[in-house]
Amino acid sequence: MRSPTPPRHGLSKRRRRAWPPSAPGVGARRWVPAAMRVLILLCGLMTVAAAARAETAPDLTPMVAKFATDSYSDTADALAALSSSGSPRAAAIVAALADGRLLFDPVTKAVLVRTKAGGLEEAATGAPVASAPADLSPVRANNRVRRAIEAAAGALSLLDADPARRREAAAAVFKSRDAAALATVDAALAQETEPEVKVALAEARAAILIGKADAPEAERVAAVKRLAARGDQEALGLLRTVPADAPAAVTTAATAGIAAIEGNLKFWAVAQNVWYGLSLGSVLLLAAIGLAITFGVMGVINMAHGEMVMLGAYTTFVVQNIIRTSAPALFDWSLAIALPLAFLFTGLVGILIERTVIRFLYGRPLETLLATWGVSLILQQAVRSLFGPTNQEVGAPSWMSGAFQVGQMSITWNRLWIIVFSLLVFFALLLVLKRTSLGLYVRAVTQNRRMAAAMGIRTGRIDALTFGLGSGIAGIAGVALSQIDNVSPNLGQGYIIDSFMVVVFGGVGNLWGTLVGAFTLGIANKLLEPFAGAVLGKILLLVAIILFIQKRPRGLFALKGRAVES
Amino acid sequence: MRGIIDRTGGIFLVLVLAAAVLVPASNLLLPEGSALHVPDYMIPLLGKYLTYALLAVAVDLVWGYCGVLSLGHGAFFALGGYAMGMYLMRQIGPRGVYGNPVLPDFMVFLNYHELPWFWLGFNWFPFAMVMVLLVPGLLAFVFGWFAFRSRVTGVYLSIITQAMTFALMLAFFRNDMGFGGNNGLTDFKDILGFSIQAPETRLVLFVASALALAAGYLICRGLVTSKYGKVLVAVRDAESRTRFLGYRVENYKLVAWTLSAMLAGVAGALYVPQVGIINPGEFAPAQSIEMVIWVAVGGRGTLVGAALGALIVNAGKTWFTGVLPEAWLFALGALFVGVTLFLPKGVLGLGAQLSGRLRRPEPAAPSPTPTPAE
Repeated sequence: MRSPTPPRHGLSKRRRRAWPPSAPGVGARRWVPAAMRVLILLCGLMTVAAAARAETAPDLTPMVAKFATDSYSDTADALAALSSSGSPRAAAIVAALADGRLLFDPVTKAVLVRTKAGGLEEAATGAPVASAPADLSPVRANNRVRRAIEAAAGALSLLDADPARRREAAAAVFKSRDAAALATVDAALAQETEPEVKVALAEARAAILIGKADAPEAERVAAVKRLAARGDQEALGLLRTVPADAPAAVTTAATAGIAAIEGNLKFWAVAQNVWYGLSLGSVLLLAAIGLAITFGVMGVINMAHGEMVMLGAYTTFVVQNIIRTSAPALFDWSLAIALPLAFLFTGLVGILIERTVIRFLYGRPLETLLATWGVSLILQQAVRSLFGPTNQEVGAPSWMSGAFQVGQMSITWNRLWIIVFSLLVFFALLLVLKRTSLGLYVRAVTQNRRMAAAMGIRTGRIDALTFGLGSGIAGIAGVALSQIDNVSPNLGQGYIIDSFMVVVFGGVGNLWGTLVGAFTLGIANKLLEPFAGAVLGKILLLVAIILFIQKRPRGLFALKGRAVES
Repeated sequence: MRGIIDRTGGIFLVLVLAAAVLVPASNLLLPEGSALHVPDYMIPLLGKYLTYALLAVAVDLVWGYCGVLSLGHGAFFALGGYAMGMYLMRQIGPRGVYGNPVLPDFMVFLNYHELPWFWLGFNWFPFAMVMVLLVPGLLAFVFGWFAFRSRVTGVYLSIITQAMTFALMLAFFRNDMGFGGNNGLTDFKDILGFSIQAPETRLVLFVASALALAAGYLICRGLVTSKYGKVLVAVRDAESRTRFLGYRVENYKLVAWTLSAMLAGVAGALYVPQVGIINPGEFAPAQSIEMVIWVAVGGRGTLVGAALGALIVNAGKTWFTGVLPEAWLFALGALFVGVTLFLPKGVLGLGAQLSGRLRRPEPAAPSPTPTPAE
């Protein structure tokens, strides 16, 4: 029934354990009547409620006074009272007690707190004390008191001024399901105003109630329904703990809740995998889209494509380094600054490669493959010599870090931005090819080089520019991939095979094919993973692509016509 | 025989056989201090080069004569190597770290209780040798059967061969495949009862590699000089035209492809005992691409050139990684670019290229022979 984690909020339970006079020293001072403890608790609860309404601080003096009696059990009582008081002061007092900074004067019974700075203040009010009394002794603690301190600190964070801490505390209660915390949860629930924290508290309350045999049946059913509404793995685990001997209404509700949650979780698991698949697809798209130009449109097998991606990532690294040393305020803009630089740099490298190597190899695709492989080795080794073989650290700007929750799946901002970015790049490229004069020339040259030359297009220049465009796009892909992958000289190698698979699968010479191919492969990969495991899933996918190419040797969206055969 | 062995081939065969005799002789007979003495450590190194040369001949058979640029021959090489490695693993017997008489060390380590079925029989040498031929051959046959029938050609074929070896690499990296995962197979003790570390065994392996290279060359040469080889070249240069003439193109390709894969498997099987390890790194696509450059350096479509290229590039690699480790990838990269741009016929064609240029200062066409259609 109880979760194996030690309950952090077992406040009243531990107090109850103190009641039988186990230790002689404690038993001797058993004169505080039990009714009074209840009264104090009630009083505390009422003041909590009052505080919520009137926003006035409760009077802590009667509770604090008990610290001066020098009795462990009184100290524990006082802690219990403080923990339900909801006063912001209470936390300071508990903290002081934990550090041994809570002092009392045996003569006047005044209770004081020594601040961390060294000054003294009234424990109950926090008012500074000018003249220190002659001899002060610290409020002592034994193991029982220390446990009470811990519990009080936990419960007090349920009543903390900071909603985030209240929410955390509520989540902790939800996990521990300590029945002793119920009263505090109820008190906190009554004064809570933040809707989110309210939900968390109500769920914590429900988590306690479903296992509580003496709770009213209607409340337990309501608790089960609330947990079912939460709908996540933890709620499922809790509902499974509903004892079989619970009233029929409770167990039926629990069974229905379990079924509902299981269906729900299955849906979200698929949704999460599709999301991962979209994310992987966007990465593949980014990596492959430049290749779709150089390979797909120009027919050049560019094995150095991955290295263009790598150069783009290193451009980001260099830009961030310069920003870190000379203008740290611009760090959030580092990616925006790196984008055009990476495009220009890798584009220029691409034009250089085209003019010095590839130009001589048009019409000999296999030789091009070997030559560009050589170029890729040279680029890798050059980067390794310049920057070293280790991974370089590329930071994420603030707007790309963190995650948010949609239903039962968590979405990280960097993945989301990369999906958006990959689509932007894709459509920008489509626009360039379909709507600009450069795009027109590119299409003319790739469709019929000699005719295009006869029309006055400088084919050599267009070749260089197209290759530069493809390489530049690989470069900006590198900027994005630097956010999710290790920036090392081997970065490109990991993408080259995947990129070729995407382009070949989608259909050479067809940008839309690349888009569909990238997302299909990405999603298929991630949907296979839960069944086959990551590596086997990838192998299955590779085999599937090999078989697919047998069936449709020219890809998903094949170009038709006589030009294809040449 | 006269038609099969031309002048270059003859010189090549004489050299290989001479090496098979002279290197062991120099190692055994000459004193240590002699300038011509081949030291012990050189023997497995030279043997390794010879297996690479055989592999290059296999690649050249499909690329040079059949127009199929395979970027996945490393897979066949590694499969042959694994078959040999499995035999050698079984020979360790109870001498392993864990002392299990049947299970290799890594299986004990991974909590295997019995030998997986595909390991059965590998303790028997003839069976392992059949597997060295059969496993790569079968994979190539199935792969080629589908690919050539669907008329997957040129770049597409290259890319799917690359995908094949990449998929195999991922598979062999998995621990639960039963092939030792990341570490592969190593720690071999003996082969056919002889210690694998002994200099004599290494000499025998060296001689075996040289003989295998000579035999592989002769088989390939016999194939390409036959009528079958003429059709093969026709397929390379104009596949559609050959098909229209009534030849079953896919069958011609399939025979060369499967034979080439088996030769690569033999090369792998000879490579493993000399190097002492086989691991999934051999499946890496980069390895397979490197094999292609050996052929390109030596001269595509010459067989002798392929073997020569493998020797030159690997000797260069050994030298560079010893002297200037940083520069090796620069050199290899430059080799790729330089050979494709300036040496379309490789080192073997260099002489003809130079003399051709001397005789005709301005050649009208860059290559007098028909350029292979891709």
